[in-house]
Amino acid sequence: MLSVDLSARKLGLRPGIPVAKAQALYPDLVLMDADPEGDRLGLEKLALWFQHRIAPIVAVDAPDGLVLDTTGADHLHGGELPMLKDIVHRMAGAGFRAKAVVADTWGAAHALARYGRLAIAVVPSDKTPSALADLPVEALRLPPTIIEGLATLGVSRIGPLAAMPRAPLALRFGPDIARRLDQAFGRMGEAIVPVRPVNPVEVSRNFAEPIGAAETIAKYIGKLVPLLCQGLDERGQGVRRLDLLLHRVDSRTEAIRVATAMPVRDVKRLTRLLCEKIETINPGFGIERMVLIASLAEPMDRRQTVSSLIAEEETDVSDLIDTLANRVGMQALYRFAPVESDLPERSFCRVSAMAPEETKDWPEHWPRPTRLLARPEPVQAMAELPDQPPLFFIWRGVRRKVKCADGPERVFGEWWKNDAELTIARDYFRVEDTSGERFWLYRAGDGEHGETGSQGWFLHGIFG
Amino acid sequence: MTAETHKKPGLETLRAAISRLEGHNDRRRTVLPFGVREIDARLPGGGLALGALHEVAGGGNDALHSAAAGQFCAGIAARTRGKVLWIVTRQDVFAPSLKQVGLSARRTIFVEASSDVDVLACFEEGLRHGGLGAVVAEVARLSMTASRRLQLAAETSGSLGIAIRRWRRQTDAADFGQPTASVTRWRVSVLPSVPLPVPGVGRPRWLLELIRARAGECADFEVEACDGKGRLSLPATLADGSDQEAAWTRRARA
Repeated sequence: MLSVDLSARKLGLRPGIPVAKAQALYPDLVLMDADPEGDRLGLEKLALWFQHRIAPIVAVDAPDGLVLDTTGADHLHGGELPMLKDIVHRMAGAGFRAKAVVADTWGAAHALARYGRLAIAVVPSDKTPSALADLPVEALRLPPTIIEGLATLGVSRIGPLAAMPRAPLALRFGPDIARRLDQAFGRMGEAIVPVRPVNPVEVSRNFAEPIGAAETIAKYIGKLVPLLCQGLDERGQGVRRLDLLLHRVDSRTEAIRVATAMPVRDVKRLTRLLCEKIETINPGFGIERMVLIASLAEPMDRRQTVSSLIAEEETDVSDLIDTLANRVGMQALYRFAPVESDLPERSFCRVSAMAPEETKDWPEHWPRPTRLLARPEPVQAMAELPDQPPLFFIWRGVRRKVKCADGPERVFGEWWKNDAELTIARDYFRVEDTSGERFWLYRAGDGEHGETGSQGWFLHGIFG
Repeated sequence: MTAETHKKPGLETLRAAISRLEGHNDRRRTVLPFGVREIDARLPGGGLALGALHEVAGGGNDALHSAAAGQFCAGIAARTRGKVLWIVTRQDVFAPSLKQVGLSARRTIFVEASSDVDVLACFEEGLRHGGLGAVVAEVARLSMTASRRLQLAAETSGSLGIAIRRWRRQTDAADFGQPTASVTRWRVSVLPSVPLPVPGVGRPRWLLELIRARAGECADFEVEACDGKGRLSLPATLADGSDQEAAWTRRARA
């Protein structure tokens, strides 16, 4: 058997035991033929999806893994750890149990993802040797014959193996062990050959002499982008995501990825977006090849500009949105849109900055505070029951006497969303203290019935 | 406006000469008037200069919350045309309240930057673009160098930049005394609302202090908070409340 699922594992079945034996133990076992070709294709598809979502350089790490170069891409997903969590979560959503590790090298990440204890881990640069030391030698991507040979020698962990003298090992097992160790510890480079989307618009340029200066890179970006736009023009497409791959002389690949909110075919704008990222490139000893790929392109229609005298042309800010999104990430750029809910914290949602404009709006019959606290803060208050505003309240250690107040505005729980909210009610008051500061307070409960809430007071917002 | 007329002609020519030296002689500086004569008269040009950086901070506890300062800036942004970019580090703006001073959620694009450095970078980017009605950013520290960059970016594109100075701690608010390159500097503090003959909270009032104005003088105003279209107004000194007729004609004209 090549692999078993979780419930089979619970029964004590492991990959490697003969099928006949497993069937003898559990006659009603569901068996499926291995389909290595199908697995490979599936993995490639997944790699393309990752390329689409996460980072431009993705390769298949056969038979059961993917390797991503996330340099310069993690900040778009909120950092390395949130990115890994997101990946594992998404894979779980699709029915796969995945482990994800960020490490300095392909070798180290490969080893830790398969043999490490944690499902999600980010290994800092200086911790790679100590993290690898305890792992079995199988983690090094060595051929089985060498593993067996090492087992005969009594070497089972990477730590002791790395400490052994190289020459006798090379003499006995060939150069593989030293190479794999160096690759894992980052002493030797290892190129990741990325998967490629089907038939993209792509332009490239080879250099006889490696280039390295920022101005030179900018100059050649300026030459590649018009060619790419020409290619896009022929297909009637605009680019949504653009990858610039820079192949270095030491066979490493640097990548820049820029994304746009709407399909773009504007030479100046794309050049600018790419040039802003030049500072993130490490040219090393020089770049010998530049490839510009429109990894995500969408049909783009020509649009008529407003020519009427009355309608005023709305200034297009999508180029600014792109510039900002490539700096802070697309999810950090948003508009608020109304949601039909009386609960203040649910009355809005975030939509993409370029989302079509909604027609709904918030009702305007009550004043709303400028600032809404992320979570309501409990305050001590004294109020007459059932529906009078508080006479005073203590918030953050300051006692404030209420001079005047508006309310109550009663808000009921949304029982159609959550059973527990069936009886919940809140009474909102807008109060002004003696110094003139205005606050939005609410009582959890209607002041009469215990089941409507704790009857405690909370501060939810601050008015201007 | 009115104040311009009884200024000395000698002073005016000198101003024009200085303005030429400063390098914006080619283009008439446009302003966004508040629509309140008393305030506009105190501002050079008769309003809030477009293509310039302005600073707003809350007074007292509002230095931390920036509720009044935020409302004031939203009111200004509401009276501009085009999209508004609002840059924050921690998001606590309640969108329905912007609507209530006339700044539609459809016009307001929020940027949630992770650090003050990112805020300033996005701020500058937004000002440089020139296609936005206003760029509002909530920052704590604003150095002379940073503000000069922002001011230059605003000058070249003609965008209105508003920096809401907002601090985490009350002690940090002393930072507001440090000089910056902004054209005007405002402090907005809440005042007790207009008393009503019935129980309830009246229209909010603010103490609006113009702490610094380039080529202008300091002033402070007691104003009624922004209305549904982002306009301020001066509370009437009449015993019977505001002069309804005057307010009505003004509103009808606007």
